[in-house]
Amino acid sequence: MPVKEKKQAPPPEIAQGRHPMEKYLRTDRIPHIWCAGCGLGTTVSSFLYAMDNLGLDPDSVAVISGIGCTGRVAGYVRMDSYHTTHGRPIPFATGLKLAKPDMKAVVFSGDGDLFAIGGNHFIHAARRNLDINVICVNNLNYGMTGGQAGPTTPLGGRCTTSPYGNFEHPFNLVYLAASAGAPYVARWTSLDVRRLQRAIEEMLVRKGFAFLEIIAPCPTNYGRRNKLGEGLDELRYYAEHAVIEHGADPADTEILPGKDFLVGKFVDEEEPTYWEMYQDKVAELEGGRR
Amino acid sequence: MPGKAVLSGVHFMNGDEAIAEGALAAGCRFFAAYPITPQSEIAERLAARLPRIGGVFIQMEDELAAMAAVVGAAWGGDKAMTATSGPGFSLMMENLGLAVMTETPCVVANVQRAGPSTGLPTAVGQGDMMQARWGSHGHYELIALCPYSPQEAFDLTVRAFALAERFRSPVLIMTDEVVGHMYEKVEIPAEVVEARRRTPQVPPEGFLPYKPDEDLVPPMACAGEGYRIHVTGLTHDERGYPDMSADAQDRLVRRLCEKIKRYPDEYTLWEEHSLEDADVAVISYGISARVALGAVELARKKGIKAGLLRLITTWPFPNEVVRSLAERVQGMVTVEINLGQMSREVERAVQGKVPLGGVYHAGGRIHRPEEVLAGIEEVI
Repeated sequence: MPVKEKKQAPPPEIAQGRHPMEKYLRTDRIPHIWCAGCGLGTTVSSFLYAMDNLGLDPDSVAVISGIGCTGRVAGYVRMDSYHTTHGRPIPFATGLKLAKPDMKAVVFSGDGDLFAIGGNHFIHAARRNLDINVICVNNLNYGMTGGQAGPTTPLGGRCTTSPYGNFEHPFNLVYLAASAGAPYVARWTSLDVRRLQRAIEEMLVRKGFAFLEIIAPCPTNYGRRNKLGEGLDELRYYAEHAVIEHGADPADTEILPGKDFLVGKFVDEEEPTYWEMYQDKVAELEGGRR
Repeated sequence: MPGKAVLSGVHFMNGDEAIAEGALAAGCRFFAAYPITPQSEIAERLAARLPRIGGVFIQMEDELAAMAAVVGAAWGGDKAMTATSGPGFSLMMENLGLAVMTETPCVVANVQRAGPSTGLPTAVGQGDMMQARWGSHGHYELIALCPYSPQEAFDLTVRAFALAERFRSPVLIMTDEVVGHMYEKVEIPAEVVEARRRTPQVPPEGFLPYKPDEDLVPPMACAGEGYRIHVTGLTHDERGYPDMSADAQDRLVRRLCEKIKRYPDEYTLWEEHSLEDADVAVISYGISARVALGAVELARKKGIKAGLLRLITTWPFPNEVVRSLAERVQGMVTVEINLGQMSREVERAVQGKVPLGGVYHAGGRIHRPEEVLAGIEEVI
């Protein structure tokens, strides 16, 4: 649907056919490919509001995505944006960030991209405490390819490759990230738009590896096959079952179907970053500089 | 380790170290790799050297990550490189394709060992030559250079960075374990001209990141320069935006190939030995060419007019060089440490004009000159 040109001055906040944060969007690429009821739109909005609220220069932020529905985020933001290969946005961001240490590198990708094919890169970037933000939109399955089971699909979840119900244990991403050494770990749902925005603001201004999991509906695939209703019904589910508990033990943050689950900020520590430690080492050497 | 980038002067070093020094001299300031034999000396030298000259060395968790990081660093504005051997080269194929598709200048060195699979991890091979050409999926062109001495390893690495920037393409250095571990004199010149990246000549408004210049290569806007471009491995238009049409695909892939194929004179390097009056031409590259040269001398002593065509650039294959040679000789013998890979290209170029032979070995050692001599005698 083309963006409508309005003759009258639009209301300040929301104008029909316009996104309030469109200065950060590639409007010439709208409409996006995401389904009605998908959580990705609000997720990207929260990110852009966070950028705006911090007054960040878009030229100082690079967005890097992998492959999949969330992998398309990079294609819609008007910043230096890289749509890389499946599972590799973190190592790509590693190179970019080390070449341009003054820029912020934000990895925006999905649960399959970051934790199945790219899982190894995630734990090593967390271990190194690289200065990158990783935002994982977890919709419990591979949406782009038609709803296959993934590393976060709950036990019993019906997917096109788990037609009789998933019998593999899923990852708890919060616990995984904390175990790998991530100094900032948070989880929210795509219903919590203001909290998401605040979390992303925190990530954008802090140093070191920061991880945010966003639980988001996939009504077209996971929701439909598991009779979770429309996207709105899934948001209602979050409202009923997501319990805020900042500082909870990451081991207690497992997500089980039909049960309450924890959201909040679980880890927020200051650790020397990869770049700080690299700089310290260089300073020890004669003639070292960067 | 010294704190200057260009170690001008005469050194005694091996081929791996020469590649590392060539990279630094060419302006490489980012190197990511994963440990593998027989590439170790490249990574180890750069781990010691780069932090002292304002660069970054990072050992990644695997070769997938190493190649991805190199592509990312190139978009961050650095001249970037990785180095590996067979098994790691296999893993790099994925993001080598990304570099081709996104037109990312970078250099990959493969110090070949004997495969398939783990094969002979510490012994020589040349079995990755076709993988270098076709290993990543889809149709593409790239440039591959094969040094046959540590000096040439240095020189060709410098050249590789220049070609990578010139064509906005990954460039491969397809060396081998013997050249990698061979110690010889390496002379590093007083000055090395760093390759320049082609930057946009227009302001961000109206800049089309994949609109090529007349020579089919587009200028490159890197991260943080204000161009806010989108870069994707998907088929894309001149804006860099995905375009899922067959037309866009055909247009893009043809341009990616043509931008390299159109300028063979800029990268096709070869060397001729005793070919002026030769009846038989030996065709070889890398360490095998060095053995072949000895065989040519043995043949000459026996009164056989043999000569050597040493391919320095193996990809794109120098069809014209081989084809015109076929008009001057009575037979050709390809010598390589695999069971016949570049020999297929020779066959295609020669098109049956002269009888062809091949002296092959699956790897683990270099040829003996006598084996090559026997191959020469067989073809006449």
